Amino acid sequence: MSTSATSARPTRPARRGLGDRWAALPKPAKIVVWVLVALLVYALPLLNPPILSTPDSDFGSVMFTVASYALVALGLNIVLGYAGLLDLGYVGFYAIGAYTVAVFGSLHGKVPFVLLIVLAVCISTASGLLLGAPTLRVRGDYLAIVTLGFGEIVRLVFLNTEWLNAARGITNVPRPPSLDLFDVPQLQWSGFTATVDLGTQSTFLKFGLLDGIPYYWLALTVIIVVLVADVLLQASRVGRAWEATREDEEAAELNGVPTFRYKLLAFAMGAFIGGLSGALYAARTGVVNPETFIIQLSMLFLAAVVIGGQGNRWGVLLGAVVVAYLPERFREFAEFRVLAFGLLLLALANFRPQGLLPPRRARRAKAAAQELEELEHSGAASGDTKEGGIRA
Amino acid sequence: MSLETFIDLTFTGLVVGAIYGLFALGYTLVYGVLRLINFAHSEVFMWGSFAAVWVMMLLGGRTGMGVLPAIGLLLVALVAAMLVSGGVALVVERLAYRRLRAKNAPPLVALISAIGMSFVLSEVMGLRDRIAGWVGLREPLAPYVEKARENVSFVNPLQSVTLFSISGFQVRSTQVIVLVAAIVMMVGLDQFVRRSRLGRGVRAVSQDPEAAALMGVDKNRVIQLTFLLGGLMAGAAAVLYLMHIGVTKFNVGFILGIKAFTAAVLGGIGNIRGALLGGLVLGLAENYGSNIFGSNWKDVVSFLLLVLVLLFRPTGILGESLGKARA
Repeated sequence: MSTSATSARPTRPARRGLGDRWAALPKPAKIVVWVLVALLVYALPLLNPPILSTPDSDFGSVMFTVASYALVALGLNIVLGYAGLLDLGYVGFYAIGAYTVAVFGSLHGKVPFVLLIVLAVCISTASGLLLGAPTLRVRGDYLAIVTLGFGEIVRLVFLNTEWLNAARGITNVPRPPSLDLFDVPQLQWSGFTATVDLGTQSTFLKFGLLDGIPYYWLALTVIIVVLVADVLLQASRVGRAWEATREDEEAAELNGVPTFRYKLLAFAMGAFIGGLSGALYAARTGVVNPETFIIQLSMLFLAAVVIGGQGNRWGVLLGAVVVAYLPERFREFAEFRVLAFGLLLLALANFRPQGLLPPRRARRAKAAAQELEELEHSGAASGDTKEGGIRA
Repeated sequence: MSLETFIDLTFTGLVVGAIYGLFALGYTLVYGVLRLINFAHSEVFMWGSFAAVWVMMLLGGRTGMGVLPAIGLLLVALVAAMLVSGGVALVVERLAYRRLRAKNAPPLVALISAIGMSFVLSEVMGLRDRIAGWVGLREPLAPYVEKARENVSFVNPLQSVTLFSISGFQVRSTQVIVLVAAIVMMVGLDQFVRRSRLGRGVRAVSQDPEAAALMGVDKNRVIQLTFLLGGLMAGAAAVLYLMHIGVTKFNVGFILGIKAFTAAVLGGIGNIRGALLGGLVLGLAENYGSNIFGSNWKDVVSFLLLVLVLLFRPTGILGESLGKARA
């Protein structure tokens, strides 16, 4: 309920925060800043910054893990953040993508790598459609349980099918084709002084066993492509249809939004990105094993999206970094990570349900709700409208 | 399959199914009143199972003691498990739900809150050696907290004897005890909700929370009561499960919880008798399925069953109603 204090509060003069200053920049300047940021992020594992770098494990590999979580989080964000569908079995698509690459690239065929990726996303998207078509008609909380069942079924099928090597998993998964163009040295830090370390060099686009950095570059490129698509999509008719469906499905349907079709589209896109991420994962590690795709992984993906702020692409990227990077940086606490995420989920759900970086829409909606309440407040004085507003 | 196998599958299916049903009551009761899936209920069960194991260790239960002391020990373990599970269920309600209820949060937020709670509860158990270490109790409590991430076995002091045999299949006393105890518990709960004053409150809130509040029912009390009842039943289910299976683990609740939830949905979530029926049907389906497809596929069978039920009859066999059950 709005108190008289809030309704009487005068509209504040707009503060010139960072966001406004950013918005005021001319477009070329923005592009320059974006490119610089992107270059910095690309160069991160070469720079090995002292505090960020992980002392206990190879920083390049950790950065690849972070990137693959970020990709998954972007995909799950479309499903959960944009369309509002709680998918607890997202790991299923990830597993399908990884297994497709492994099965057709190593176990039962020698399909070239690029085709493998295409095949992986096709199969995982198809599985998303296949799962979504019947299940998206059930209620939201039931959907969560159905998808949970799906994720577990996928793992159990991989575990028990002899054609897929059952519990032994698949080895010798093909790596991306290498280019071997030139070598890039890394920086070595002692304290805060850097020296160029010519001993450990990363060969530009040589996808080998040890060096994780080229995979990180690959994943980062994929993330950037997905991000651009994500920006365009969310601002389009489709994005608005998702928003309408999420906020009030019946109202959206009445206004001519074919909600089921859009939900299915979100589900398929999520499956597409999940499968893509899984395929990259398989190509990096070279092995797939059913034990990797346990349902807890799904929960970590979910944690990334919820912690970061479902519906905000930057938020979920932040969430992915929190979920994937922090346990690697603080290896000594790694065994407490599920506990920590549990506490974080509990705290966030109770105190900050929009996550660390809530989407702009949530802030906008909050302002709109307040405005509405003020209107209602002044309307109640003349003694009407209250009743009609409550019952849906 | 031979007749003997068939009877074997049917009987053990019913035993496991009765445990599922008892476990499922917690999902059904909470769903009936709050319309929310209590994702943390699986951990309520898990804590109950550990309570039983520890009490048995503490009291020195061992196989081959007299029948009467053995029954006494089992009863003590049962009470301990029920109390612990009931307590944990109340903690879940307090920490994961109450605040959100006051804020009228959307169901998905409540589900995420419950998932977080479930992580916390299972990890606290899985890290109990570390946590005991922090307070300096790791040494004195070693038998209870060591090997925190591995299977812990339950010593059943009551020896299982063959009672009688049906065409070659031997009916063991433990199985009969588990089946009978589970059904007695469920009938007791059903009667409690149907006949007692408190049970009437539960039904009233599940039918129409606002009207119930106007009639003087304390909604918060009723919600606590449903969590407590579900927890007590989960504790009892945990002891019966231990008598039947014999081991538990910090993450035992996850798969079992999904199965119990399947049982609840199968019978009609929110419907107490449905939980029993759903549990029995699931137990049978699982056993027959694993005989046909191989025991590796047991879990796949139950998950597929869940998916199919949710798709084609989301209201379950008996329909979902706690309040609408004829009083």
